[in-house]
Amino acid sequence: MYQARTRNTRAAPFEVHTGIAERLGLAHLDWPLALAGIGLILFSVFTLGQATSHDVPGNPGYYVDRQMIYGVLGVLGMLVLARIDYSRFRELRVGIYTFLCVSISLVFVFGFAAKGSRRAFDLPFFSFQPSELGKLLLVLALAGFVIDGARRGSPVRRTLRYLALGLAPAALVFLQPDLGTSLVFVAATLAVMYFGGVPWTHFAVIGGGIVALIAVVLVAAPAVGTPILKGYQEERLTSFMNSGEHADGAAYQQTQSKIAIGSGQFDGRGEKATQTRLSFVPERHTDFIFAVIGERYGFVGAAFVLSLYALLFWRALKITTLSKNSYGTLVAGGIALSLLFQVFVNVGMNLGIMPITGIPLPLMSYGGSAVIATFLAIGVLQSINIQARVSQKDGFAW
Amino acid sequence: MYLRSDQRPQGSRLLLRVAVVGGVAVALFAVLFFRLWNLQVIDGDKYLAEAQTNRTREYKVIAPRGDILYSDGSVLVDNRTSLALTIETSKLPHDEAQANAELKELGSLVNMPLKKVKRKIREEEDVAPGAPVQLRRDIGHDIVYYLEENQRDFPGVKVEQVFVRAYPEGSRAAHLVGSVGEVSEEELKEQRYKGLEPGDEVGKEGVEDTYDHLLRGVPGTTRVQVDAFGQPTPGGELVSQPPAPGDNLKLAIDPKVQEAGEDSLASYGLPGAFVTMDVQNGELLGLGSYPTYDPDVLIEPSQKEVDELYEDPEWAPLTNRATEGHYPSGSTFKMITAMAALEGGVATPSTTIVDNGFIEIAGQPFQNAGKQAYGPVDLEKAMKVSSDIYFYELGREMNQTDLLQNWAARFGIAQQTGIDLPGEAEGQVPSKEWRDQLYAEGETDRPWAVGDNIQLATGQGDLQMDPLQLAVAYAALANGGKLVTPHVGKEVLDPLGRVLKEFEPKPRREIQIDPATRDAIMAGLHASAQEPEGTSYPVFGGFPIPVAGKTGTAQRPPHEDQAWYVVLAPYPNPRIVTVVTIEEGGFGAQTAAPAALRILEAYFDKKATEVGGETVAE
Repeated sequence: MYQARTRNTRAAPFEVHTGIAERLGLAHLDWPLALAGIGLILFSVFTLGQATSHDVPGNPGYYVDRQMIYGVLGVLGMLVLARIDYSRFRELRVGIYTFLCVSISLVFVFGFAAKGSRRAFDLPFFSFQPSELGKLLLVLALAGFVIDGARRGSPVRRTLRYLALGLAPAALVFLQPDLGTSLVFVAATLAVMYFGGVPWTHFAVIGGGIVALIAVVLVAAPAVGTPILKGYQEERLTSFMNSGEHADGAAYQQTQSKIAIGSGQFDGRGEKATQTRLSFVPERHTDFIFAVIGERYGFVGAAFVLSLYALLFWRALKITTLSKNSYGTLVAGGIALSLLFQVFVNVGMNLGIMPITGIPLPLMSYGGSAVIATFLAIGVLQSINIQARVSQKDGFAW
Repeated sequence: MYLRSDQRPQGSRLLLRVAVVGGVAVALFAVLFFRLWNLQVIDGDKYLAEAQTNRTREYKVIAPRGDILYSDGSVLVDNRTSLALTIETSKLPHDEAQANAELKELGSLVNMPLKKVKRKIREEEDVAPGAPVQLRRDIGHDIVYYLEENQRDFPGVKVEQVFVRAYPEGSRAAHLVGSVGEVSEEELKEQRYKGLEPGDEVGKEGVEDTYDHLLRGVPGTTRVQVDAFGQPTPGGELVSQPPAPGDNLKLAIDPKVQEAGEDSLASYGLPGAFVTMDVQNGELLGLGSYPTYDPDVLIEPSQKEVDELYEDPEWAPLTNRATEGHYPSGSTFKMITAMAALEGGVATPSTTIVDNGFIEIAGQPFQNAGKQAYGPVDLEKAMKVSSDIYFYELGREMNQTDLLQNWAARFGIAQQTGIDLPGEAEGQVPSKEWRDQLYAEGETDRPWAVGDNIQLATGQGDLQMDPLQLAVAYAALANGGKLVTPHVGKEVLDPLGRVLKEFEPKPRREIQIDPATRDAIMAGLHASAQEPEGTSYPVFGGFPIPVAGKTGTAQRPPHEDQAWYVVLAPYPNPRIVTVVTIEEGGFGAQTAAPAALRILEAYFDKKATEVGGETVAE
């Protein structure tokens, strides 16, 4: 540690590293990335504090207090992961993958059911949802498998192997049932494969397959009487295409969400917000928190939040190109794209241009597993960045 | 493949892929920003308006109906406040078994089984979802206290004050006043009920119906901020618009006349009706029908009460016999016969016919009621003693023409009078065309015969009319030919008592009558009422006000004879006309004339003295 610091100092005499970041070994932290994440969680806490103070009778701080704790834990987790060389995860890929599949499977046995779906374990102070952490674990493991198998088998076989490895946990999550998270798994799988160099032609075929699958799931299977999706899932997925026709059921949620965001106008309604304050918008602290922001803080607030996500994604993509090794590239690319996917699908859902899939807004939606897992993912990005900077400077890595 | 080893990947291929992802990301963020701008800045106004309507709910505040007043301003119908038990269903326990237990106990307090309570809730929820359900009105104070003491056991239950129609005099003028009730689905489609909502109260019969738009008032609103579940939020009352009470309606009805009329009908205990009307302007000073009913019963009738009201079609308390009756009017019709004969040139006031008490027409014998023989009679005498033979002759004379039918029509017989009460009947004046048409259709056993016109001339046979039509016809005689439009509504007053409107309906038409004809008939009617030998002299002979009256005894098989009396007072320039009919009341002078006398005594505040004498058939 001491040596590392002195070398750094020597390598860059014009920088004086005596601050706390230096002592924590975080000298090469990507500060825009960290600040984007912290800015988002602070905005989340701020919004929850204003919007949910009447949600739990007798406990105005129920959500905001917990979200704050999750945020602090998440940031700490990020800092810890930033110091660890992510390359070790490549060696642990089989263990990570096994843990991923087992933990998701155990939910079926020990998990508690919420709103008709088993997704989480009920721990004493916390309900742990393995699939949230699973988004990161899948990227870490799959990137390892891709690197490992880069030279084995024909390209087609490789592609099929990656798909199988990625889709297996996705299927488990889908069966919980948690459609939204399973879609994130699929997106993460495709993202890792994309940066892993899977040929464009294969993606064309996969794209065709997805279109065919959607056709089968939404049209063909119900038509022959063996629906794959549960009724509410299908309704949610298709209602955004004809919302406004019937303002009840699934379309109701999106109609109310659109009214909420629209009514915020340019500078927001603040405390006069009614749509989200009076429960017209459902799930306002989780999936529809963007509607709360839109109504309360208007275009100014919503655009600010979107800008933070743009910043987050830009830094993640940048780190993808900086990585000292291919594993880092794949991991960073997988994390970056799955974050982009979640943000676009969630915000699009709030704005009424994407179906309701139950994907939370990273670092905004209330929820410990998601907040902590997202910060851990940012921590891995930080680790990739730090390793790249260090190796660039003096070829040293911890 | 660019992955040759796990070294830092270089090269254009990775950068191409990153660039593609970056491009896609820019596009996606652009989509989100544009959509956000579109929703919030371009269409923001629209969505803000939608949010505003979303969050408010209007509660209706019922407006009290206007009072109905007598002509002297005293109250006939007003409102009373009542304590009503209401339930806010959303505040009931969420557990169904618990909610049922609460409703069951609540029901037992007001004598309603659980099934009935739930049905009532369902019905009201259909009509006005979210609004409190009114379970029962007029609950006792003991129940109110019990509920207050045990408030915690009855979440969502409230006691509210509501307005209920009050009838301080019970059944008084029930047929005039009518009743109120919830507006029906069919009524809601009508123009006159535009703007009303299910559950609103409207007039159903009588002036409550005719003048509903004036009496109804405009409900107020309280706008309350609600959450997505329709629950008012704390401190969320936004705007209140107080209800505008309905206007008050003053009737032309004179309470003394109405009371005398109803009491005298009731004293016989027989079905009947009376009408007292101003002959000049058609204002009804009294109008009643017996048997009657208490409108209070109709507010929330039990099945038993409904059954009683409809049980006997002959008794029919809900029928207003003054405007819906179908009766032959007996000798009171002779005024029309005399009018037709004199104006049609068939007879003059001095035309004399020898009345032997018997006449044979077309091989059929006709005789005077009571087989009286009056000798030579002119018009005045014929009216006075009610000589049937005299009018039979006139009827025979006029059979070749439709003079009689024509004059009956001019005087509005068997036509709707245009009174401001719903459900008015027409009636039937038999004529050659009518009867021959029926015969051609096989509805009757014989065609028109001269006997039919003879029957009509004395108000018997197939003639069907109601007391109000007779009153209007006699009023036209009295006022020189003006066929007035009878009406009970006199004025509309605002809640402070200022006159907003006076009802002065125009006469339906002017009938051209020779004043000499009028005077001759009036003289005969006066003699009939107040000269010895007159048919109603025993009744009106001792009445200090000069009057002109006519008795009638209508044959209405299989019923007993129906008594009629019509009187104009004071003679010779009458102000009012009174008609009384009593089903199965016998001779006109036996029951109907004494009833009419009581009405006139009440109106003029003068008592008749006994003159003695026997009432006879006419």
